[in-house]
Amino acid sequence: MAQMTMIQAITDAMRTELKNDENVLVFGEDVGQNGGVFRATEGLQKEFGEDRVFDTPLAESGIGGISIGLALTGFRPVPEIQFFGFVYEVMDAISGQMARYRYRSGGTRPMPITVRSPFGGGVHTPELHADSLEGLMAQQPGLRVVIPSNPYDAKGLLISSIRNNDPVIFLEHMKLYRSFREEVPEEEYTVDLDKAAIKREGTDVTLIAYGAMVHSSLKAAEELEKDGISAEVIDLRTVSPVDYETILESVKKTNRAVVVQEAQKQAGIAANIAAEIQEQAILHLEAPVLRVAAPDTVYAFTQAEEVWLPNHNTIVEKVNNVINF
Amino acid sequence: MKRTLENIENQFETFQILNEEGEIVNKDAMPDLSDEELKEIMRRMVYTRILDQRSIALNRQGRLGFYAPTAGQEASQLGSQFALEKEDFILPGYRDVPQLIWHGLPLAQAFLFSRGHFKGNQMPEGVNAVSPQIIIGAQITQAAGVGLGFKKRGEQAVAITYTGDGGASQGDFYEGLNFAGAFGAQAIFVVQNNRFAISVPVEKQSAATTIAQKSVAAGIEGIQVDGMDVLAVYAATKEARERAINGEGPTLIETLTYRYGPHTMAGDDPTRYRTDEEDSEWEKKDPIVRFRKFLEEKGLWSEEEENELIEKTKEEIKAAIKEADNTPKQKVTDLIEIMHEELPANLKEQMEEYKEKESK
Repeated sequence: MAQMTMIQAITDAMRTELKNDENVLVFGEDVGQNGGVFRATEGLQKEFGEDRVFDTPLAESGIGGISIGLALTGFRPVPEIQFFGFVYEVMDAISGQMARYRYRSGGTRPMPITVRSPFGGGVHTPELHADSLEGLMAQQPGLRVVIPSNPYDAKGLLISSIRNNDPVIFLEHMKLYRSFREEVPEEEYTVDLDKAAIKREGTDVTLIAYGAMVHSSLKAAEELEKDGISAEVIDLRTVSPVDYETILESVKKTNRAVVVQEAQKQAGIAANIAAEIQEQAILHLEAPVLRVAAPDTVYAFTQAEEVWLPNHNTIVEKVNNVINF
Repeated sequence: MKRTLENIENQFETFQILNEEGEIVNKDAMPDLSDEELKEIMRRMVYTRILDQRSIALNRQGRLGFYAPTAGQEASQLGSQFALEKEDFILPGYRDVPQLIWHGLPLAQAFLFSRGHFKGNQMPEGVNAVSPQIIIGAQITQAAGVGLGFKKRGEQAVAITYTGDGGASQGDFYEGLNFAGAFGAQAIFVVQNNRFAISVPVEKQSAATTIAQKSVAAGIEGIQVDGMDVLAVYAATKEARERAINGEGPTLIETLTYRYGPHTMAGDDPTRYRTDEEDSEWEKKDPIVRFRKFLEEKGLWSEEEENELIEKTKEEIKAAIKEADNTPKQKVTDLIEIMHEELPANLKEQMEEYKEKESK
């Protein structure tokens, strides 16, 4: 076991799969020589050569397109979109193309592509770097959307994603890259896709979160405990498709739920989860399902960022609302 | 600055081997094709013209779905495909069904594609192609990727992709050419410049005099070809293929051509944007007419032979339509089944729902 940050765990996952499967290719802007702007691919080009880990011209749609072409010739591409705010440039390659290829080809052309990309607020980036755009991806059938909240899961989920024969959008919250270390096995292991994790057990309310909001939810749960409220915290890990089984089981136990997302409130992951809970478990509910989310504006410039982003205080507030309903 | 542009543009002369009268005007460039190969090219063009006529008729009878007419573009489509080997990979646009057929897609499946059945998109084992792309230009970056994949694997094969003059305005066109050039991808980009992107004339697409010159900015080879001359298109593609597999990089080929019919059979009316004079001017350049003259001159072709071929083609089309008619309709459960390798939980539930619906 080694102590790793999330970024180190991500590098380790790519190293593991580059070693395991010669069809795995890692590429993107600044990914080769430079090791990526966050050093996610540090040392990989040196270890595996320029043929397998390489820099691309600066054009996201092109990166998406060559990923598809490489998949058509039997490779397993792991492209990086330097910041997920740049995804608009590659929307057609992702949603119009790779998500549909298996169906479009009558099941004959799989797209084993893992698109990695940093996102997430609180690190004072320029515009279009920090946006939570997982909802855009989740609306597209044919894509899996995975968002790890910690180093252990990041490694196991990324290995599972790379091995998966369908496209995965793997979103890495920038604030979590180096915020803490934990024990991560040096050997290979996988974490199942499409499965949520219960990060903390509780009996009074279920907090459903993903990415950095898992940590805000855990912090909120600690605060709430002081007031005698026992919160269960679920980390979705895969946000599309959502593991409703785990959510519903928990809600049927706690009878209350708050869904937490860093993204804007409108048309988000949380809205969908709230809808599903009321469809499947309305008679178990003691209160409406509430959402914690950012306001329905575009992402805030840095000066307004801290207030714009949801945090543990907003979560505590909403939990109090459902408890006192 | 202007002088540089003029210098570049002046270098893109239209490459022609066979003129409108069916005479060889560029003997040195004449490709090394046997009499049998020359006849095969003619057979394919005639077959494709008949297929186009029948497809239009079937569409009007409501017996076909989406269809983009091909008449006029046979030399561009089939001359380039004839230069390929089986292992080469085609990424077609929506009008490029003939190339797929000659690369190995059975005709019945081409009809199923038109009718919106997933089986029409399933290339048989060993047919290196994907189904026609609907998003203009999306196939171009993908072709750069396939060509890069061939290079990485050391394969003696190329990716070839097709788009039109409108496609050359897309961002993906420039990105695809640029990526292919930067990576030395084994790729050929064919722009069939048929002068209209639905209704918008090529003059409104770009200030560039040729589309071929757009290769210069990407640092790759480019050539403008008489797209009504099947020999020129063949020779240009053959050379591009050789260069690509010899590690000399990708090529952009612009073929000057014309579609006689509407953009698609879904209500486009070319009289709104083209004149009769323009139509008849281009019909004089017809690829089949000039190639027929050429072959007849060589004593390789006769009216009887062509009539026989036409009858045979019509029979084949009839049989393929019958086969398509006999294919069970695609179901929603088929779609759910093939979206993913493994069904996610939400789709498992929806699968049950649609199995139930479809069993009624």
